[in-house]
Amino acid sequence: MCDQTFLVNVFGSCDKCFKQRALRPVFKKSQQLSYCSVCAEIMATDGLHENETLASLKSEAESLKGKLEEERAKLHDVELHQVAERVEALGQFVMKTRRTLKGHGNKVLCMDWCKDKRRIVSSSQDGKVIVWDSFTTNKEHAVTMPCTWVMACAYAPSGCAIACGGLDNKCSVYPLTFDKNENMAAKKKSVAMHTNYLSACSFTNSDMQILTASGDGTCALWDVESGQLLQSFHGHGADVLCLDLAPSETGNTFVSGGCDKKAMVWDMRSGQCIQAFETHESDINSVRYYPSGDAFASGSDDATCRLYDLRADREVAIYSKESIIFGASSVDFSLSGRLLFAGYNDYTINVWDVLKGSRVSILFGHENRVSTLRVSPDGTAFCSGSWDHTLRVWA
Amino acid sequence: MRHVCSSSFAAMKTVVQQLRLDAGLDRVKVSQAAVDLKQVCLQNGQHDPLLTGVSSSTNPFRPQKVCSFL
Repeated sequence: MCDQTFLVNVFGSCDKCFKQRALRPVFKKSQQLSYCSVCAEIMATDGLHENETLASLKSEAESLKGKLEEERAKLHDVELHQVAERVEALGQFVMKTRRTLKGHGNKVLCMDWCKDKRRIVSSSQDGKVIVWDSFTTNKEHAVTMPCTWVMACAYAPSGCAIACGGLDNKCSVYPLTFDKNENMAAKKKSVAMHTNYLSACSFTNSDMQILTASGDGTCALWDVESGQLLQSFHGHGADVLCLDLAPSETGNTFVSGGCDKKAMVWDMRSGQCIQAFETHESDINSVRYYPSGDAFASGSDDATCRLYDLRADREVAIYSKESIIFGASSVDFSLSGRLLFAGYNDYTINVWDVLKGSRVSILFGHENRVSTLRVSPDGTAFCSGSWDHTLRVWA
Repeated sequence: MRHVCSSSFAAMKTVVQQLRLDAGLDRVKVSQAAVDLKQVCLQNGQHDPLLTGVSSSTNPFRPQKVCSFL
């Protein structure tokens, strides 16, 4: 299901025995030669230290893995909650639903806040994308997508456009206009094209570029104006379900999570995977950076949320309870990073103390799975979307 | 004789290249990283409305107290 690059089998004359055979690449002192299978085998069994062959690569891989494990074990000298023992415990939290946004005809799959801290865009299984004023609960814009299951939507930094996509395998950008005579759908711009469903999208620091994640196993960076693919990110072994951009101060990286249970951190310019984490036991549904950009949290179908520190290069906390057996679909931090809000498939929202690892509150209200959750840009409230067709703003 | 397949060679090369990159990473001890994470929380805690709770007058989502005419 994921895009893979395969080497084409070249036929020609072997660089060693000169016979006409199917050739494979062989590296001798970093120079690439083409050997037939017979000569490649012979080479694999002698002179291992000067040539790179499958066997030598395997043994190098084993020794590197061993060294990495040793180094990682040495660095794991303490747990996060131990460091946080002396931190004052949090009191009781009273968070209630302050607004309920009703209007979607089917499951709400995704939502995003506008930078103005009041507008919200949400998308649903029925193909509708709605822009709401969360203060008044009025619907300001609505557009019907040509496909159902609009799994991703995002607000542009300027507040002048929204992006969305899903089963159409595309990410489309709609400029928002207040002109009553204008048909929003007419101005639609198709930006991204994947070979499977779009699971997540996000504008970068400007309205000009969009980052997408797809069921085809890749992430991609696109130029909005031209629709051109600027960079693609290959490495996940299965559908990519979520992504989050690093806070702007920390540079050009983003994190993605997928059905291969891996969370991967990418360099946006080179397309290279910088770090990968594989401790979850099931699909990772949501990833979100810590406010400082030095860590990120993930929510998974294995009913746990985890915190990974990028500088320590490892998982540093697990947020779980024996009583929580349903998957976490969506996670987000409060403004300071002390609280982690997580929406679950058992219709609840759990609020975790990030430092101490304990649950501080459980919020009831939704009548079906919580599918999406985001804290507002100024941290005064958070919004959750659910399969019960509604969105709730909590404060 | 073992069959050396070119695509598994390329796959192995990618794995080793990634491992070499990983080996070159500068890592920090968890004790240090954890202290920094804690610092971020504590420094910004005062300005976190969901953490400290905000009064009805400043939070647009909290219900305002009803004014009654005397």
